[in-house]
Amino acid sequence: MTRTKEWLYGWLLLLPAMALLVLFTHYPAVANLWHSFYSTPRGSRQAVFVGVDHYRQLADDPIFWQALSNNLWYALGTIPLSIALALMMAAWVNGRIAGRSVLRLAYFTPTILPMIAVANIWLFFYTPEYGLLEQFLRLFGVPTHNWLGSQSTALPAMMVVAVWKEAGFFMIFYLAAFQSMSPHLAEAAAIEGASRWYFFRRVTFPLLMPTTLFVLVNAVINAFRLVDHVVVMTRGGPDNATALLLYYIYEIGFRFWDSAYAAALTMVLLVLLGAAALAQFLFLERRTHYQ
Amino acid sequence: MSSILVDAPTVLRGDIASRQSTRGSINVIETAAAWLLGILWVLPLVYALWKAFHAPEYSTRFVLSAPWTLANFINAWHAAPFARYFLNTVMLVTMVLIAQLVLVTLAAYAFARFRFPGRGLLFALVLVQLMIMPDVLIVENYRTMTLLGLKDTILAIGLPYMASAFGIFLLRQTFKTVPRELDEAARIEGCSPLQTLWKVYVPLARPTYLAYALVSVSYHWNNFLWPLIITNSVEARPVTVGLQVFSATDQGIDWSIITAATLLSTGPLLIAFLLFQRQFVQSFMRAGIR
Repeated sequence: MTRTKEWLYGWLLLLPAMALLVLFTHYPAVANLWHSFYSTPRGSRQAVFVGVDHYRQLADDPIFWQALSNNLWYALGTIPLSIALALMMAAWVNGRIAGRSVLRLAYFTPTILPMIAVANIWLFFYTPEYGLLEQFLRLFGVPTHNWLGSQSTALPAMMVVAVWKEAGFFMIFYLAAFQSMSPHLAEAAAIEGASRWYFFRRVTFPLLMPTTLFVLVNAVINAFRLVDHVVVMTRGGPDNATALLLYYIYEIGFRFWDSAYAAALTMVLLVLLGAAALAQFLFLERRTHYQ
Repeated sequence: MSSILVDAPTVLRGDIASRQSTRGSINVIETAAAWLLGILWVLPLVYALWKAFHAPEYSTRFVLSAPWTLANFINAWHAAPFARYFLNTVMLVTMVLIAQLVLVTLAAYAFARFRFPGRGLLFALVLVQLMIMPDVLIVENYRTMTLLGLKDTILAIGLPYMASAFGIFLLRQTFKTVPRELDEAARIEGCSPLQTLWKVYVPLARPTYLAYALVSVSYHWNNFLWPLIITNSVEARPVTVGLQVFSATDQGIDWSIITAATLLSTGPLLIAFLLFQRQFVQSFMRAGIR
């Protein structure tokens, strides 16, 4: 094949996918920035250039700051816990344990369910007075409590749902990593008389580092991307205690129909995700050098 | 990372005892902890099953003699156009999957086996979508769909996801492992590049296709926020949105019925998962290793 012909083939093969990617990923990301500098067109009133007005509005918007801090707490509360649980689950179902396959199924099943179904199920679980959680706690004389209805417990209650849904998913990646490890390492360690904890700390965990970073990046994206359960369970309430960033964007954009302000809010989310992308890029670079 | 790919299929086999023996057995306390966690993990699901299969008066009374019933499912099925919602979801996931397979295959082939100016830059542009997914670009994509006149159609739900960076990346990795000799042999036989793709690359990448297809189907079956925004009629709503519309209307709908509807909406995927558990887990694993 001549060189120009090869060029042509390459470009033509890419064209359909690239066109859609540009239309629904690159263009919206750029247009989003553009539109955030304009006012929202309403009725016959056209959009006018307003400069950084929306970003000023954003800086003074207490709900935005709460949504952002909620989201950061949500990420901080769910990510380490689900990763730790995932690692533990993987170690258990990878080892010799009674009922391995049943356990693996139990851990993994929540992953398959849609978040909206999960949210519905947990909604009943948390129901004041009648819910399973309340019934269970009553056995121990714990006074009744509205888990999703009170400021202090609503966000943690949502975090539990996210951990429940995600830990099994991350477990899979650790399981794959465990399987790729040479059994000779464990043999050698056993001969040397290393304790299991020592072996984990000094051998297993460092070897799992690429997996952990991969899972971490995915967990960060999910913490900012998935708000289905907020829509179903709390609608951001009570008093914005469970409003996450994307949920707030949804509310502003599609319940108050202020698309320009929603665009400005989306920019914040894009910057956060961009930072995560950069972190991953740097890490991927490191990993390729490592190998 | 290729060693992982080779190993992946062995993961779920129980017969790798020789490997396990070196890993040391797990003590009683840990086994108990693992089981406690397992029970905690299935508890919400078991509770939902109980609720869905019993009359409302038993929804929080756990007695073994409680009669089982399908009434909640029947009521739910008649209370909302679930048949139509299912049809929409099936059409959605089929359409998205077919479009993805075609687009992703062509793009991955270009990246894996062709040299052309701008390849690195274009690949970087593709990877952008791994981080900035259509899920977060809802405001602008809604505007685009309005301009295109596609609002409230099944096509509009699927369109932003059809060029999948994840799929391109995954398949490119697989295509790169195909020996060049096979490619060259096909060319000598007189195959055009597209024929080579079809006869050499696609058959060899079958496990990757399966993995990708399962991940894609479960993603789009479960997707919610974008379909919620872009649809507002029964004719376009997928089952996730239909379920939400159904359970959010305050008509005093019984919770047992909502639970039944919830299980109903997940049913096909859940049953498929239980039947093909091993393939599912392997596929998710394979898809995650890159």
